[in-house]
Amino acid sequence: MALNLAEALSSIETRAEAADWRAAIRLAGAGLVAGGATTDAYTDEMIDAVEKHGPYIVIAPGVALAHSRPSPAVLTGGLSWVSLATPVEFGNKANDPVTLVIGLAAKDHDAHLQVMRALAGVLSDGPAMKRLAVADTADEVRAVLGDLAAAAA
Amino acid sequence: MKIVAVCGMGIGTSVLLKMNAEKVLAKLGIDADVEAADMGVARGAAQTAEIVLTSEELAEELGDVPAEVIIINNFFDLEEITEKLTAAVE
Repeated sequence: MALNLAEALSSIETRAEAADWRAAIRLAGAGLVAGGATTDAYTDEMIDAVEKHGPYIVIAPGVALAHSRPSPAVLTGGLSWVSLATPVEFGNKANDPVTLVIGLAAKDHDAHLQVMRALAGVLSDGPAMKRLAVADTADEVRAVLGDLAAAAA
Repeated sequence: MKIVAVCGMGIGTSVLLKMNAEKVLAKLGIDADVEAADMGVARGAAQTAEIVLTSEELAEELGDVPAEVIIINNFFDLEEITEKLTAAVE
């Protein structure tokens, strides 16, 4: 009963342009806001998190998981997907540059575990990540994620 | 065995790290309790844990703890996690 990650995404943006890591996180934040998951304040909180703790959110080669802690700026919680046309440096020695930014907002520490499990499944699937990296449109991203969920079901 | 997966916020990266660490531990047949924690909680939890899993940036922020601190670069590379956990347990 794998959850289809595409259904959990508030928004999907592909081939996006961001000048630096802050702009890249802003795009992920805008996606959460557009999907009704958060308010603009959460976007600032995600940027503050990196300023405070460093670029540890780049958790795998090319992948940043932008997020902050549960706060009043989180309305429903959700995920946003932003793939970048031009890779951006976050300052993470092991995993720079970043080509995919996933924005994550959660209401509490437990509500999103099923979504996180689906996300972990996608991110640890090398061949799927290669297909996702070259997806030009949101529909292509959805198609790949849908295939994955169907295969895992 | 108690293991703590640490991230800055306790909702994102540490949860993913915990899930992948549990996969690896099950495969290795190691009986361990993995807890996801943010930096504040982790400083306390790391006092009683045997192993702390985290990223390089956060290991520096965590500072000295009695637990063995293992730095994971790629949270989705199960081979990396397997290799480092095996080395730490032996």
